[in-house]
Amino acid sequence: MAKVGVFVCHCGVNIAAKVDVKKVVDTLKDMPEVGFAQEYKFMCSSPGQELIRKAIKDNNINRVVVAACSPRMHLPTFQKALASEGLNPYLVSMANIREQCSWVTDDPAEATQKAIDLVARQIKRVVHQDPLDEIYVPMTKTALVIGGGIAGIQAALDIADGNRKVILVEKSPSIGGRMAQLDETFPTLDCSQCILTPKMVEAAQHPNIEIRVNSEVKKVDGYVGNFEVTIEKKATYVDAQKCIGCGICQEKCPVKTVPDDFNAGLNTRAAIAIPFPQAVPAIPVIEADYCKKLIENKCGVCAKICPAEAVVYDDTPKQETVNVGAIVVATGYREMDPAVYTEYGGMKYPDVITGMQFERLISSTGPTGGELKRPSDGKIPKTVVFVQCVGSRDESKAHAYCSGICCMYTAKHTMLYKHHVPDGQAYVSYIDVRAPGKTYEEFVRRAIEEEDVRYLRGRVAKIRRLQNGQYRVYTEDTLVGRAVHIDADMVVLASAVEPQKDAVGLAQILGIACDADGFYTEAHPKLKPIETASAGVFLAGACQGPKDIPASVQQGSAAASKVLALFAKDTMVKSPQIAAVDPTACTGCLTCSYVCHYSAIEEKEFGKRRVAEIIPGKCQGCGACVATCKGKAITLAGFSDDEIYEEIVSCR
Amino acid sequence: MQIEKEPKILAILCKWCSYAGADLAGTSRFAYPANVRIVQVPCSGRVDPIMIFKAFVEGYDGVMVSGCHPGDCHYTTGNYHARRRIAVARRLLEFVGVHPDRMHFTWISAAEGKKFAEVCSRFTDKLKNLSGTEKTLARKELAT
Repeated sequence: MAKVGVFVCHCGVNIAAKVDVKKVVDTLKDMPEVGFAQEYKFMCSSPGQELIRKAIKDNNINRVVVAACSPRMHLPTFQKALASEGLNPYLVSMANIREQCSWVTDDPAEATQKAIDLVARQIKRVVHQDPLDEIYVPMTKTALVIGGGIAGIQAALDIADGNRKVILVEKSPSIGGRMAQLDETFPTLDCSQCILTPKMVEAAQHPNIEIRVNSEVKKVDGYVGNFEVTIEKKATYVDAQKCIGCGICQEKCPVKTVPDDFNAGLNTRAAIAIPFPQAVPAIPVIEADYCKKLIENKCGVCAKICPAEAVVYDDTPKQETVNVGAIVVATGYREMDPAVYTEYGGMKYPDVITGMQFERLISSTGPTGGELKRPSDGKIPKTVVFVQCVGSRDESKAHAYCSGICCMYTAKHTMLYKHHVPDGQAYVSYIDVRAPGKTYEEFVRRAIEEEDVRYLRGRVAKIRRLQNGQYRVYTEDTLVGRAVHIDADMVVLASAVEPQKDAVGLAQILGIACDADGFYTEAHPKLKPIETASAGVFLAGACQGPKDIPASVQQGSAAASKVLALFAKDTMVKSPQIAAVDPTACTGCLTCSYVCHYSAIEEKEFGKRRVAEIIPGKCQGCGACVATCKGKAITLAGFSDDEIYEEIVSCR
Repeated sequence: MQIEKEPKILAILCKWCSYAGADLAGTSRFAYPANVRIVQVPCSGRVDPIMIFKAFVEGYDGVMVSGCHPGDCHYTTGNYHARRRIAVARRLLEFVGVHPDRMHFTWISAAEGKKFAEVCSRFTDKLKNLSGTEKTLARKELAT
């Protein structure tokens, strides 16, 4: 016989100011199910929980209803209180009389009546709740890191140093990401490659890290602690085991028309190539859309010349399945294509380039070998205008958000420019200079004061190509209130940070959410910035929002610490609120198995019939099968028909 | 059939998005009519059309079902199952003489507290306008 203890919380004045708590208790204590009723100022406090424990001991109650805040807030608190007194933690229910009542109802009388109603429903419901036992499942202590940029490398290294295995999946032929493309980094002007390549090599040589380049995640099954991930390796046409990375194939390949992504499309490269000199691994890949052998079965030079016989023209994509316990998503960002800015030439002017193209143009590993020559005629630009917020903070054309990194990298670009061309003049057109990091503001001041960079506050209206090969930049200086124009040799557009093109697709594979801009959504913007809505999937770096290198590294390490904390346990506790089939009622139609997203329903023999069976380890407790079952043979623990209908019916 | 009192609404909300959205309406103090009663389900895919009919039989004036936005379902596809079932249930409601507008299906995310309060207020107004418009089976007869 159920005997319910009812505890009504004042929540200070949050509830008590609107709801007459005493009246709630007085009204409900005479319900036949109720064995004990009490009010208290803060039920979640230690003395509040003690009241529950005491009532379990002294009043022999065997079900508990706490009328307080949202169960999303404190249900686990009260479940623990029950468990500590030996009562099954699933025999408590919460009436949400704060978020659903006192905070949203203006009239105190109405609020009190609604509170009575809400608590009464939970009293009726809790009677139908069954004791449930938590399910323990073993933990696979291997992590998957998706994305081999600086955030992913940092996460992988930290997890590996914590003595756990890591599989690092990278879409492109080399790890390193965006940072590998950078020349020098703000605010210290240290060489990007010099600080990155040791980390790339460390990751490649770490005994706990397996790197899978040219690979993408295609499918994720399972749940925290026990993910089953399908990884597809693209056809690269080069046997990585045999290749010695000599690069002779790249030299001899007759096709030299492949746009060089690493150099932001500024030049072209061979159809078989190592992406960049410091690539890890330094294994070339054949670009199938350009290779003559693969298109028309001619040429074949690379295979003939390869000393290691590593070229395989009949390579095919290969899939493998790995078991991991946690996933770190570090897929980074891409630079927006500013072609929508037709007023800036729509990227048709050869000397109007993006920030990343400028980065490659001044890099010693770039297409000009580190000499700053403008793309159109190879002249050294004597006047350069840097345009900020191209695509950022501009809802009408592209994005409402601030890309965060452009103010700083533009200041860096102006300095690098002045170091290359000391007699040149740099202008920056900006809306606001946002430099909130440590020593960031000083860095911008250095550009203005030491390098004599002219900062003009205003948005560029138009860029026009002149007869003499220069570009006239029409802008304004709002600080003096005047329209100005500058005749420049080159213009650099600080193009917005955007989510990767396939970000949404990967989000759906992982079961995580994207925000309106396409960046991955964290579980809580302040208190859970690493976690996602899917347990065991963590975020690192710019895939979550625009970030600079320090912030990406921080988040990479933070994600690693989350993974290591998870792996400190040997078993995972899984919610027992899952579905189960009553084989005597099941007709064996198996419609349920068609709606199950987790392939958790299988066919089994029951006497002479075939019936459905739910695998407890796979079931996630969504209840889609329950609503589908025509014979009502499936029950979802915690959300059974009895419990839900009781809530609907007992509403008066 | 004239309803003098405030229309009574049952809101069946998924635990991951819409219930959290209703919580946010509370946290942000967006007031809405006091006659809304919320039932939590793990996913809108758990919603059985019988729940909706049961609610009308029990005297609710309107039923609202809300899940995560398309593509955001915690269980990936549950809200799509819900959408299909509700579409069928709506026709069945009409058949038995309940105005189909008495059922409202919507998506409310965990960040849309304001939307939840607004949907509740608008639905209440709509139900007030609907009262007395049903010609066929009175719901009283259904209940017997």
